Amino acid sequence: MRSTRTLDISTGLFVMLGFAAILFMVTQITNREFSLRSDSYRLKAAFENIGGLKPGAPVSMAGVAIGRVEDIQYDMNLFKAVATLRIDGRYNAIPNDSDASILTAGLLGGQYIGLSPGGSDQPFKNGDSVEMVQDAVVLENLISKYLFNSAATKSDQAPTTPESAPAAAQE
Amino acid sequence: MITILREIAASVFSFLERVGLLVRFALRLAVILPSGILRVRPIIEQVYNTGARSLVIIMTCGLFIGMVLGLQGHDLLSRFGSEEYLGVATALSLLRELGPVVTALLFAGRAGTSLAAELGLMRATDQIAAMEIMAVDPMRRVVLPRFVGGVIAMPLLVSVFVVVALFGTQLVGVQFYGIDAGSFWSQMKDAVELDDVREGLIKGAVFGVACSLIAVYEGFNADPTAEGVGRATTRTVVLSAVVTLILDYIITASML
Repeated sequence: MRSTRTLDISTGLFVMLGFAAILFMVTQITNREFSLRSDSYRLKAAFENIGGLKPGAPVSMAGVAIGRVEDIQYDMNLFKAVATLRIDGRYNAIPNDSDASILTAGLLGGQYIGLSPGGSDQPFKNGDSVEMVQDAVVLENLISKYLFNSAATKSDQAPTTPESAPAAAQE
Repeated sequence: MITILREIAASVFSFLERVGLLVRFALRLAVILPSGILRVRPIIEQVYNTGARSLVIIMTCGLFIGMVLGLQGHDLLSRFGSEEYLGVATALSLLRELGPVVTALLFAGRAGTSLAAELGLMRATDQIAAMEIMAVDPMRRVVLPRFVGGVIAMPLLVSVFVVVALFGTQLVGVQFYGIDAGSFWSQMKDAVELDDVREGLIKGAVFGVACSLIAVYEGFNADPTAEGVGRATTRTVVLSAVVTLILDYIITASML
């Protein structure tokens, strides 16, 4: 009798330890600490280009995470990417003319949405859309803009042949 | 020349035969699973046998693997000046790969061999034949609880392994190298998704099924001699390791 009891106890201990480990993995290692409460609300923001933004990316104001990107869809009517942002209910007084921009955390980090407050005294409500948006910065566009600008300034100064344009671009 | 070809053909056929027997064995287990799972007591005993008694070796190995990952990871990452990513790197590699695979290999070595040797010895000492004479189905009475116990124990062992290993990494990274504890954990939290945990647990469950099945199959079908029991034990470890690594590739490729 006694031996089955110790067996049961150590089996129970093992199973509890296993589940405690699963619980630890789910709550302490994954990014679930920002669990949105039930009183959260949704906002929509339409971007020309979302860059590398993914569902699950944080939405932050002044660096504080206030929500998450819930979903990203391509809207065939607007020809834009519409991101659905889920904002925690604690932050229910964000001016409804605040603007959303896609930013990058660190040099190589993931992208997130930064909200900066506007001046309106009306707060965002569930289902509102953010009107003022700033797209993600795409490196290729940045480079090509720089290239074309420098080529344009060169061609202003001197009449160029088509061959010299790439040379100017290389500078 | 002909004899060589004949020998190759014979070994191919015996391999196919073994695969077929294993599949038939697995199907028989699956058929008796719903009724056999109701007998809880022998399953608990086997969870204790395969799980709780593997705990010490799993935790020791986990701790040291985590500490080694801490040392190696710190050496590598400090070349790029990004030591804070040590938590991310170790957590992802542990959850997705090292946790399930190393646990499965240890499980095959610790629990799989004991299952195979126990069943093989029962076969060699005619205990299984005696059960058949008494109209007790040895598959249901002996094999099934051992299989189910192993399947239950494996994912739990994987999670214990991962958590202990992360603790070991934390020990080396934060206590020994002085990485900031806050950035260690927060970077990890930011980068690890619930899907990574799920992948590790799915792998753990699949490896648990594979390793337990191989162990009980090899033990149950061992030659009833002392040599046969030894061979069954060896084959259990070898086959479990190979199958685990092959399955690991397949699961990883399908989940990425």
